Amino acid sequence: MNAPVAIAVDRVEKTFSRSGAVTALAGVSLDIAPGEFFSILGPSGCGKSTLLRCIAGLETPSAGEIRVGGRTVHGPPEHLGIVFQRDALLEWRTILDNLMLPIDFRRRRRSDVLPRALDLLKLFGLAGFEQRYPAELSGGMRQRASICRALIDDPVLLLMDEPFGALDALTRDQLNVDLQAMWRTDPKTIVFVTHSIVEAVFLSDRIAVFTPRPGRIADIITIDLPRPRRLAVRGDPRFTDYVGRIREMFEGMGLLREDA
Amino acid sequence: MSAAASTSRAGALTTAIVLIALIALWEVSVRLFAIKPIVLPAPSVILAELSENLPWYLGHAWYTLFTTLAGFAAAVIIGIALAVVIVESKLLESTVYALIVGLNSVPKVAVAPLFVVWLGTGYEPKIAISFLIAVFAMVIDTVLGLRSVPADVIDLARSLRGSRFDMLWRIRFPCALPAMFSGMKVAISLALVGAIVGEFVSSQRGLGYVILSAQGMFDITRVFAAIAVLAVLGVILFWLIVWAERRSIPWHASQAHSGAGA
Repeated sequence: MNAPVAIAVDRVEKTFSRSGAVTALAGVSLDIAPGEFFSILGPSGCGKSTLLRCIAGLETPSAGEIRVGGRTVHGPPEHLGIVFQRDALLEWRTILDNLMLPIDFRRRRRSDVLPRALDLLKLFGLAGFEQRYPAELSGGMRQRASICRALIDDPVLLLMDEPFGALDALTRDQLNVDLQAMWRTDPKTIVFVTHSIVEAVFLSDRIAVFTPRPGRIADIITIDLPRPRRLAVRGDPRFTDYVGRIREMFEGMGLLREDA
Repeated sequence: MSAAASTSRAGALTTAIVLIALIALWEVSVRLFAIKPIVLPAPSVILAELSENLPWYLGHAWYTLFTTLAGFAAAVIIGIALAVVIVESKLLESTVYALIVGLNSVPKVAVAPLFVVWLGTGYEPKIAISFLIAVFAMVIDTVLGLRSVPADVIDLARSLRGSRFDMLWRIRFPCALPAMFSGMKVAISLALVGAIVGEFVSSQRGLGYVILSAQGMFDITRVFAAIAVLAVLGVILFWLIVWAERRSIPWHASQAHSGAGA
């Protein structure tokens, strides 16, 4: 098994200059421990996805540096798993073949990972759907498959960009539970981007709360709740305290107003 | 039996009924208004001519079919190769693509006589014209298909540190297949047009030659018989592409509804 890696984000700035300069990230620094479940929480357009894309090596910071496992990121790091908001499944591959995409790209033998593929599909409730095409599956099932694909090659780092944002509330809750279960049995550093306060508090060890444009870290909050967390924990006073604190922060930024 | 299959069966039945009704109307009109065969022969007369000389027509059809398939094959292979070059090379993208679009606006029929001068009177000039008329559809649709990969999928492939070859072969190519088949459906019909144009310009064989020589002798029944064979040929070729499409892209959305319930 590959050991989870640490991530260091050091004074990262990102400016886009498509039509006039837009600062997406303004001096962001944070350290993520190996095996930590770390969430980036913020309103739409606060640059949280941009930060994730910088960590993934899909974007280059305008200034500053990102290190994954001690190595400065220039392009996508090795052993990276990534999940997008839309599942990005390949329509022409069956579910099993979709899972095998990272294996094909890394020129490894499919037979070596077949047991793991079947285990993952079982864990995420997709046993029996190996030979189906993505078009035959519901949105929730497709996203489950894309999580399995990200996990197939035992990544040291799992990046998730609003992975449950397009799903209905029930499916979203279930996937939160399933993701936590996976992470507890198979520890990885997870960076999870979301705009749902409840989702972030439920899943995370720590949450970086972002301000709107330009993206800055308003605060980093440690969620000190025992694991495994059950969905009922959301009624726990400590849980609602965390949610309330973060909501107040957003109110303080002028993002939420009580009176219309 | 799925709903989609029975719908398409009903569709085929309706098409057949409409076709038979139109032919019947034609037959009745010719008899009723005593239209001369030199203007418009009755379907029964055309059919009689066909059955009388079937091997002769099939011989010419075979020649035209060969030219068409050769032109089509060249159009598919070279068209896809050009599309890959256009999509993969930033430098060639603007120049080659602009050149192709520019060339496409030249009426290809107008350059057909040149090919006879350059390539003689055998198969070669006909295949060349057939290719030239068909290739543009192939290039344009394939370029469209290769560029239709969603941004997320490209990011995914990049995060897997895929090579350019992986990106092209495992991502862009399969993603482009539906568009390529659209291109092929247009290209096969155009290849047939090209073959006939080639035979019009200079030939001693093929259905184009039959039409032109029969017209010269005012044998309009023979013209119609050749056109009928040509129509059947065109429909068969088109459906062969549709069949190949169903076989090779079972995941495609246009077929997805029939797969989901199975």
